Amino acid sequence: MATTSQDPVLVILQLTGANDYLNTIVPYTNGYYWDARPKVNIPADQVVPIDDDLAFRSDMDQFKDIYDKGNMAIVHGVGFENSPRSHFRAMDIWHTCEPDKIGTDGWVAKIIRDLDPTGENVLKGVNFGQGLPRAMTMRGVPITSVNHLATYGVFSSVSGINSQDERTQLLDSFARMYSPAIGNGLTMEYIGQTGLDALRGADIIKIAPQQYSSTVEYGSTSIATSLKDVAQVHLAGLGTQVFYTSHGPFDTHFNQGGSHAKLWIDISEAVDSFFADLQEHNASENVVMMIFSEFGRRVRDNGTGTDHGAAGVAFVIGDRVKGGMYGAYPSLKPEDLTQGDLEPNYDFRGLYSTIVDKWMGLDAVPIVGGQFEQMSFV
Amino acid sequence: MPTKQDIALIAHLMRRAGFGEPRADLVARADKGYEAVVEELLHPEDQPPIDEELMYRILPGYEGALGPPISQADWMFRMVNTQRPLEEKIALFWHQMFATSNSKVDNPPEIGRQIAMFREYGLGKYGELLVELAKSPAMIFWLDNHGNHDGSINENWGRELLELFSLGVGNYTEDDIKSAARAFTGWTIAPKIPRNPLGRFFWNFEYKPEDHDDGKKTFLGHTGNLNGEDIMGIIVDQPASPRFLARHLYRFFVADEPDVSSWNSIPPNDPAAIEILVDAYNESHGDIRAILRVLFNSDFFKTSQFARVKSPAELIVGTVRMAGNYEGFRPGFNNLALECAWQGQELLNPPSVEGWHTGAAWIDAGALMRRVNFAAGVLGDISHPGVRAIVDRVQLQPNNSAQTMVAVCLDSMGPLQVSDTTLRELLSHALNGGELAWNTPEEISSSEDRVSKLLALIAASKDYQFA
Repeated sequence: MATTSQDPVLVILQLTGANDYLNTIVPYTNGYYWDARPKVNIPADQVVPIDDDLAFRSDMDQFKDIYDKGNMAIVHGVGFENSPRSHFRAMDIWHTCEPDKIGTDGWVAKIIRDLDPTGENVLKGVNFGQGLPRAMTMRGVPITSVNHLATYGVFSSVSGINSQDERTQLLDSFARMYSPAIGNGLTMEYIGQTGLDALRGADIIKIAPQQYSSTVEYGSTSIATSLKDVAQVHLAGLGTQVFYTSHGPFDTHFNQGGSHAKLWIDISEAVDSFFADLQEHNASENVVMMIFSEFGRRVRDNGTGTDHGAAGVAFVIGDRVKGGMYGAYPSLKPEDLTQGDLEPNYDFRGLYSTIVDKWMGLDAVPIVGGQFEQMSFV
Repeated sequence: MPTKQDIALIAHLMRRAGFGEPRADLVARADKGYEAVVEELLHPEDQPPIDEELMYRILPGYEGALGPPISQADWMFRMVNTQRPLEEKIALFWHQMFATSNSKVDNPPEIGRQIAMFREYGLGKYGELLVELAKSPAMIFWLDNHGNHDGSINENWGRELLELFSLGVGNYTEDDIKSAARAFTGWTIAPKIPRNPLGRFFWNFEYKPEDHDDGKKTFLGHTGNLNGEDIMGIIVDQPASPRFLARHLYRFFVADEPDVSSWNSIPPNDPAAIEILVDAYNESHGDIRAILRVLFNSDFFKTSQFARVKSPAELIVGTVRMAGNYEGFRPGFNNLALECAWQGQELLNPPSVEGWHTGAAWIDAGALMRRVNFAAGVLGDISHPGVRAIVDRVQLQPNNSAQTMVAVCLDSMGPLQVSDTTLRELLSHALNGGELAWNTPEEISSSEDRVSKLLALIAASKDYQFA
């Protein structure tokens, strides 16, 4: 079994498309909820109560188990002032911590920079998915972005490579074509170095699936595959400290019932398998997972779905997390809503700060762009 | 018959003024002569347009599209299939220089209309283009000019207009910004139809005289009751304008330059070229077509082959044009648009008002892996007609040597100029398999396989990253 170091590791799971807060952590005894949600609600006999006011939706039972073990913090009312209802703008703000102007540097990339200032480990930050989220982009910060771990590598797209020999031959040719040569100019040299970096990253990371074995059986959903990939790389002990992946689409304007349920069934199962897998390998102690979405959805349903809202809920999960509820569920009273939406009461940069400072052990101020109220979940 | 050099030069022109062309088209163009081809490119209106009615009938999601990938796919379709390459390329140029981003605008079809405006005005007078830009609803929203009111100005548009769209830092004062902002009060968007419940609607420009500041303003030494058009008229006559524009044109069409933010301190790589473009601007009173005519016919352009790192759009569109696998109406343009985003250039959604960082900044380990895998995957696939044509050309050669195979493949893929290191490796890779043979079905299949693998390897080279 691989040994992993005890450096803190952060796994970020982004719920893309705006998760419906009200139907995730359900205010099941609140009359305003039933007034506003005549059609798109979680029936009272289908909730799993946390206390007298709030409940998980029933298909999140693995989340309830984790919560009961004391390993999950539910962070209420997360968002920011003047929350835009645009997915793109809101996600940008979450990614760059710049609510007032268009930012270009990602907060996760800044974490990577501070963890590995010389960019020695190309696997310090790994994204699972297509393309890099803006949260991980910053000039000079190398990030590895993997679509599927099993097939990741140079020439994975070329059909008809008939044997391992042929692949090796092509990769060797690639390496020689990208090897340093004098007199070809700075950009050519840089591209050569970057090509070799990519090859090296792919070469190192392929160890992960090779040496992985586990009794945990993940589901076949995309989020299960992504989290299994995260687990494999984590267990291989390659020095990765930030993993990023996303799941969706949560943009449930229409026919929310079934699709929202499926999303949470898949996530709950996958997160549960992920932590079970790490625990089986004694490698869960140093891992914290943060789950967020760009904003919540409108309090009043639109008949079959819900439109864009403001405040949302975040989850922080891990063995060393102090479980419980943090912050307050925003008021559902009609007079307390902003344009029909829950008013955020906790700045997301406070959530980030808590994790960056108390978990990753870094100075949060330059990463999130200021001082924000921290919580005590780690 | 055009010489090899003639074809290489036309190939270079088509990569820069368009998105590259397959070998057979290059020969046909080279037959007309270089200057005639430049002239043809400069007059896209003489070539048939994309049949939009047909496009929207076959791809109904494209019209008034809801999500960004659809509007991006619309543009991808045009870049791949246009018979007016420079029309699309100049639109991409202005999209880079006047970067407007969906991250805030949140209305991809409206940004698409801005791109259409670039197609229409992008080769005309710079001053007229600037006025159209100021009227673009996407731009108004992007830089907050709808919040710029008489008596309560918002400087965002005024500032970026001077800093990033026309003069460059150091060529105006803070007072000029305020005056510009005041002159553009009342340039706004007509009341919008709310997005819910029916979806996105186009926005419309509206000039509100009652919200326009009619007071006296002083802008770059000119005083009067200036309005937006007056500001643009003054800007285009500033000596800083042609210089700034020339540097942008040089960076986009000729050779990589440092980022705009450093232009104040870092001089151009080729100051003489910038002077030539400035002169062309002054002689033509800011006529973009005339400036580009000078640019494409200049020696500094002709000798700049492979001096730029391809943008993702150039890499993707150029590759599929060569492979011929996205010709005409067919599904899948969404995937090309997404690929472009994954390689670091999400069309209609540039990272900031500064546009994309270009040159070496396109490349990081993740982006390079994608570029290599995309190009190698497409050009290594013999089922694509363009790849098939290259394989057939190899088969038709009088000799079957590995050297000939490498030479024909490189020639067909550009002609692509490669470094000694690359050439040595390609030859050694090809020589490994010995001579090609085309006699039995087994030999044919094995030879075809070897040629397509060689094409994949060339597509994966450092050299293929350059335009």
